[in-house]
Amino acid sequence: MDLRFGDSKPTDEERAAVDALLGPPESAWEGADDRTDTDLRWARGGREARERRELLLPGLHALNDRVGWISEGGLDYLCRRLTVPPAEGYGVATFYAMFAVKPRPATVVHVCTDLACAAGGSAQVCAELERDVGPAGSAGSGAAWQPSPCLGLCERAPAALAIRAGETPQTAVVAPATAGAVADAASAPHEAAAEPPAAAAVPQACTDGLVLLRRVGVVDPGSLDDYRAHGGYAALRRAFALGPAGVIREVTEAGLVGRGGAAFPTGRKWSATAQQPDHPHYLVCNADESEPGTFKDRVLMEGDPYALIEAMTVAGYATGAHRGYLYLRGEYPRALRRLRTAIDRARSRGFLGKDVMGQGFAFDIEIRRGAGAYICGEETAIFNSIEGQRGEPRSKPPFPVEKGLFGKPTAVNNVETLVNVLPILIEGAPAYARTGTGTSTGTKLFCVSGTVARPGVYELPFGATLRELLELAGPPEALRAVLLGGAAGGFVRPDELDVPLTFEGTRAAGTTLGSGVVLVLDEGVELPRILLRIAEFFRDESCGQCVPCRVGTVRQEEALHRLKDRTGAAAAGDIALLREVGQAMRDASICGLGQTAWNAVESAIDRLGAFK
Amino acid sequence: MTAIPLRPPRRLVDLTLDGEPVRAPEGSTLLDACRAAGKDVPTLCQGDTLTPKNACRVCVVEVEGARTLAPACSRRVEQGMEVRTDTERARHSRKVVLELLASSTDMSTTPRAAEWIEEYGAEPERFGADAARVDEEPKVDNDLYVRDYDKCILCYKCVDACGEQWQNTFAIAVAGRGFDARISTEHDVPLTDSACVYCGNCIEVCPTGALSFKTEFDMREAGTWDEAAQTETTTVCAYCGVGCNLTLHVQENEIVKVTSPHDNPVTHGNLCIKGRFGYQHVQNHAQNRD
Repeated sequence: MDLRFGDSKPTDEERAAVDALLGPPESAWEGADDRTDTDLRWARGGREARERRELLLPGLHALNDRVGWISEGGLDYLCRRLTVPPAEGYGVATFYAMFAVKPRPATVVHVCTDLACAAGGSAQVCAELERDVGPAGSAGSGAAWQPSPCLGLCERAPAALAIRAGETPQTAVVAPATAGAVADAASAPHEAAAEPPAAAAVPQACTDGLVLLRRVGVVDPGSLDDYRAHGGYAALRRAFALGPAGVIREVTEAGLVGRGGAAFPTGRKWSATAQQPDHPHYLVCNADESEPGTFKDRVLMEGDPYALIEAMTVAGYATGAHRGYLYLRGEYPRALRRLRTAIDRARSRGFLGKDVMGQGFAFDIEIRRGAGAYICGEETAIFNSIEGQRGEPRSKPPFPVEKGLFGKPTAVNNVETLVNVLPILIEGAPAYARTGTGTSTGTKLFCVSGTVARPGVYELPFGATLRELLELAGPPEALRAVLLGGAAGGFVRPDELDVPLTFEGTRAAGTTLGSGVVLVLDEGVELPRILLRIAEFFRDESCGQCVPCRVGTVRQEEALHRLKDRTGAAAAGDIALLREVGQAMRDASICGLGQTAWNAVESAIDRLGAFK
Repeated sequence: MTAIPLRPPRRLVDLTLDGEPVRAPEGSTLLDACRAAGKDVPTLCQGDTLTPKNACRVCVVEVEGARTLAPACSRRVEQGMEVRTDTERARHSRKVVLELLASSTDMSTTPRAAEWIEEYGAEPERFGADAARVDEEPKVDNDLYVRDYDKCILCYKCVDACGEQWQNTFAIAVAGRGFDARISTEHDVPLTDSACVYCGNCIEVCPTGALSFKTEFDMREAGTWDEAAQTETTTVCAYCGVGCNLTLHVQENEIVKVTSPHDNPVTHGNLCIKGRFGYQHVQNHAQNRD
């Protein structure tokens, strides 16, 4: 590799930010200012330096957190330290929505304009901000605001997140947001009112019969002792008693399937990973919850962080992984703080590290922070993102269990999936499988938002109907439709509320549970506007790698723009066009993003009679 | 005589292509199998000297039992696979992909594009006059070659050729995301300020003419580019002792561009700046001097 760096130099601040992450440079070869005699004799770097490429994303965060944007000098310095070609560093930096490579103020407020927030009045917040602060992206009063995809705060819509760069970066969550509160948070993020506890997002909190949410609102999320007092680490103890194969057997017999949307049997995934002869094995926890309308993983991580740490340890033990990466979306500052604390405390008490619980099993967890890219929730895009590449999905085969993170066998599981492993081990597979239906066992978390009286995360046994769920949440008087499964899911009509909330039941009804989104829309909603937002979302979030998705999502959005005020015969041509493009996106895209980008729009046309 | 490297024998796997049983060496792709069977599956981002990125999705085929279509260029043959290359579904995707490409980029210099657009009945104009286009001005920032990203389909071949697959210079990468993704130098600087070493191997692999010799670009602008009138002569580069093959493209007794045979075991189509661009001395005729 023959790298060439330009003349731009980092500022002292940028240099300090990068050095705080990587340590001071050892030689001129990796960015030190002065050459030593040995630098002239030996070239350093090479493979050893290239293997640190995975620190590129943390390095970009370090620069962005410190200065608020990533300058040429800062990026070049980081690339030099890691032996990353600057063109590739630039390609990665420009991939993520939360990074900027052009100067901007230290404070940026992300105002969510996605589905639940749009239904909750985000348009008005944006309009007022435009009037008081200036247009999106402009730097009025030292802070810029910008519209943002779903921030995962749907139960408190509309929501905003203020981030101020500095030596100690500050964040403030404003939800529900008004333009005034957003402006206040932008000018003084440290003075913003504290967020309500995670349990406030769980209307069922502290009621009997909860499995996954049973500790949320009960346990102190900062205290390891409190977690143990509430049954924590009993599952890991049982796992050690069963041995790795025994754990996989329990998980398989329990019938656990993935809760991230794809519903793949977890036991099969673990067993396939565990059996791979190639080593090391890795575990990746997918906490990049970016599906519009989804916030269950956030509530779990904020309300019961040790449960995820324990579940990851069990998963690592079962699959033979000694290292777990927790890939957390960049928009979740409180979950990040709580998980960091939990991991540190677990490590200092011997629940993570070289000898977990004195059982001779080494396992540790590293948090990797995303930077605003929905696609990084795709299981192979996560690998690229962690490795310091652009978060583009890989084509499969080979599948992650064979060649995943760093080309090694990897099990990727969603947060909710992992947390299910705890009750499986504590109660045993047969007891767990008694809840739910034959092929959908256990309980499921649903993220109810939109026009309901009590939005939030609900836990119900599989098999409960959509009507029962809505009754809990307080449905609107004039229900128009329910978006099930999120932007990649499908709409359900008011006369279809008896659909059982199971994987097979929703499939039979022509929709999907997806990641558990239940977005409730009343008669007041402008359906074409919601569809347009869904199309915008996919156009924004397409990674751009394959043609059907890169251009198809643009054509879909254009057609929906044209259709906004049209119905009947005037709409027929564009609907036919949408169907043709949608079919090609579904058939020929590389990954699930492009393959599902037309689901919700199609179901709105076919089942709700949109544009009729 | 060109030396042909012999590979160790490979196991053959049995599969069916459009119902016909065929055998293909283990590890080969569906596209290899299709070509061996005489089937013409269209493809843009596949290149004979590079690992395909399977980004263009023009070569999709239907594999029995798979939920989605598979890119023939990179899916490996498997024992017992049943593949259909010309189904309604595969043809539909190819048609739409060609429409999406031709409606957003300029495909006028993409070999075979017009032929495939006709064959698949693609109508790029049906997205309307307001359909978003890449809309880039040609980047003319040096005397050797031009980057006209209005013609770029983001196949990643130039990035792979510049990077780890051949040149190891890493002067370009994909920057941005989605429809705004572009091939870019670091910080989007002009080529002259970038890490580019002007080997031109990116031009060699570009499937659409988005990267072209300055000579070709200028002649196309002037309307004097005439491929039919050109002759191609393969010779040996005289600059050093490596022995790279050069193919000189000559029009009206002037070298208009230089390529290199991809099946050459020394270069695999790659050259350095001298071989690729250093041909002026050959035609430094008296009448051209001041």
